[in-house]
Amino acid sequence: MNYFPDEVIEHIFDYVVSHRDRNALSLVCKSWYRIERFTRQRVFIGNCYSITPERLIQRFPGLKSLTLKGKPHFADFSLVPYDWGGFLCPWIEALAKSRVGLEELRLKRMVVSDESLELLSRSFTHFKSLVLVSCEGFTTDGLAAIAANCRFLRELDLQENEVEDHKGQWLSCFPDSCTSLVSLNFACLKGEVSLGALERLVARSPNLKSLKLNRSVPLDALQRIMMRAPQLADLGIGSFVHDPDSEAYIRLKNTILKCKSITSLSGFLEVAPHCLAAIYPICPNLTSLNLSYAAGIQGSELIKLIRHCGKLQRLWIMDCIGDKGLGVVAMTCKDLQELRVFPSAPYGNPAAVTEKGLVAISMGCPKLHSLLYFCHQMTNAALITVAKNCPNFIRFRLCILEALKPDPDTLEPLDEGFGAIVQSCRRLRRLSLSGQLTDQVFLYIGMYAEQLEMLSIAFAGESDKGMLYVLNGCKKLRKLEIRDCPFGNMALLTDVGKYETMRSLWMSSCEVTVGACKLLAKKMPRLNVEIFNENEQEDCSLEDGQRVEKMYLYRTLAGKRKDAPEYVWTL
Amino acid sequence: MEKEGLGLEITELRLGLPESVVNKNEKKRVFSEIEGVGDENSSSGDRKMEKKNEVVGWPPVCSYRKKNSINEASKMYVKVSMDGAPFLRKIDLAMHKGYSDLAFALEKLFGCYGMVESLKNADNSEQVPIYEDKDGDWMLVGDVPWEMFIESCKRLRIMKRSDAKGFGLQPKGSLKGFIESVAK
Repeated sequence: MNYFPDEVIEHIFDYVVSHRDRNALSLVCKSWYRIERFTRQRVFIGNCYSITPERLIQRFPGLKSLTLKGKPHFADFSLVPYDWGGFLCPWIEALAKSRVGLEELRLKRMVVSDESLELLSRSFTHFKSLVLVSCEGFTTDGLAAIAANCRFLRELDLQENEVEDHKGQWLSCFPDSCTSLVSLNFACLKGEVSLGALERLVARSPNLKSLKLNRSVPLDALQRIMMRAPQLADLGIGSFVHDPDSEAYIRLKNTILKCKSITSLSGFLEVAPHCLAAIYPICPNLTSLNLSYAAGIQGSELIKLIRHCGKLQRLWIMDCIGDKGLGVVAMTCKDLQELRVFPSAPYGNPAAVTEKGLVAISMGCPKLHSLLYFCHQMTNAALITVAKNCPNFIRFRLCILEALKPDPDTLEPLDEGFGAIVQSCRRLRRLSLSGQLTDQVFLYIGMYAEQLEMLSIAFAGESDKGMLYVLNGCKKLRKLEIRDCPFGNMALLTDVGKYETMRSLWMSSCEVTVGACKLLAKKMPRLNVEIFNENEQEDCSLEDGQRVEKMYLYRTLAGKRKDAPEYVWTL
Repeated sequence: MEKEGLGLEITELRLGLPESVVNKNEKKRVFSEIEGVGDENSSSGDRKMEKKNEVVGWPPVCSYRKKNSINEASKMYVKVSMDGAPFLRKIDLAMHKGYSDLAFALEKLFGCYGMVESLKNADNSEQVPIYEDKDGDWMLVGDVPWEMFIESCKRLRIMKRSDAKGFGLQPKGSLKGFIESVAK
């Protein structure tokens, strides 16, 4: 089969970067499989329980960059009990034992201990990049180990993690010899850092492009840091509280004028009113703006700010911007590609966004391809309009805050609206539904959403047919997560082979029974079918007829996992 | 598949509601009662649930974000005293949607039943909720719109009806002078 020597093929494979393409290469023939596995440097594992670390290392000895995801997505919403799993430890231990020269580690929803971080920091001399997203289980002690021991560290990016602060000086643990930092994000840390150490670190990191500070870094420190790092492209501001008449404010304004390379801005974890004018000069350069944690910014100030941001491609904000504010976004941000609007109050802000804001955006921003939108209401007419205006959606996630809410104008379910979205957006890969929905919407999804990979459903549907339409129709479906829907055993068991083509299925508060799950597990040995039995009763024997409160199944080559807590029953 | 009624009890929220099967519309109404939407002034007698307004994991905002995007400045903690109670409590007015919601919370806080009734019918109730406003005046709770109330309320007091003995409670501020002297 090979007309070229291996070296030539290797060279060609160097140009093939995406995981899917490389996976495809490896399936062509035994020779390509062999060449591919020795040249593979980056591996993505969407479910850490789908394969054992040993098997991974054995196949890809040249591994340099590993991405691992642990808990199911609904863990974000407190639906997965504590201690479910997703431990990093066995992976680090296995990698440390092997000869793998790990350089990059990206983790999402995993449980990371300080011991693992310590082991990581000592085991891989060329370790360069650690990205932790929505992880937990570690403290600033673990970070101190990373800082102290990873001599060539380029990136330490902590996003939305629950980190215990031990009041040590982790930031001071970066040695003076560490000058390689390109990206540092500690916005999610609650505690204070040594400001002096921070400033010195920034001063000796000429390649630093991305810096995201936490709430404890005050304005005057921010100003000094920005002075030392005029090359910054991505800035996350911690505290932005100042008196507009103060020296500090004036110094800051002048410093900001020098930072012409900032294209991405976030943070504002603490803001005083009327402070934002200082950053207007950088706004025209911004392509990305994330104010979704800036609870202190009022709608009117947001709007004034956005008027200066003509180049925005990505915007994350809170719903206090209101429909009118979204109208301003639509007029100003013609290049907008991604928009996320989060609820700003426990019950949603009464002056918040509705279908009108979304329609305005769709009219003004034709390049929009990713949306996450929390709103008070939505109409079919609006969705149909949005579908017509924006046929390029790849991700469309709509959350109407009141579950089961119908179209307020017609009192009908939102089947037609979402149907229009899937019919118009042929490249749609991710969809989240909400509002009142019947089986009809699933018929549309099964018929039209050919590229759909991830679907999230809550409080929707009327019968098993709904789920079956999706399982039958969406050939590329990888992740399906369902809560509080009337889907039961027939839907679960009609096409058991389907689940091996998917990464995972989550069903909670639906109608599936223990017996059906047992049957499924029996028929499909390469699936782990986990049911969570959170009953505190001692006598928790599982009767077949019992309804399952939470079920999570996933394909795996690793067999039943050994680290499951007591309430998880792998059938 | 066999279903009772419209089979929609499946989507019924399991927060201790009565077992009866509900039809579609009633199910929605029940849900909206739970959410408190539009029910601000109606009787709270139906509130059997412990944790009203809380469906686990809804809306789907990740827990980190929920904890970290609350505006500190938007919290409105005020002291609440009740005559006869040995110590005061604090309550966040911003966490409540309206007067009946507040009354329910006060009942739970002090174990004093009848708060909800007292809002509707001050003459008959054991206790009278009053508040100190921005001007330092003591006012009867419930006269002004909720939004106006939470803006101006500095502290709350649950006063014994008997302390207002001999004084017929009438709406709209006629209590003001009397309460001023009582509260001093």
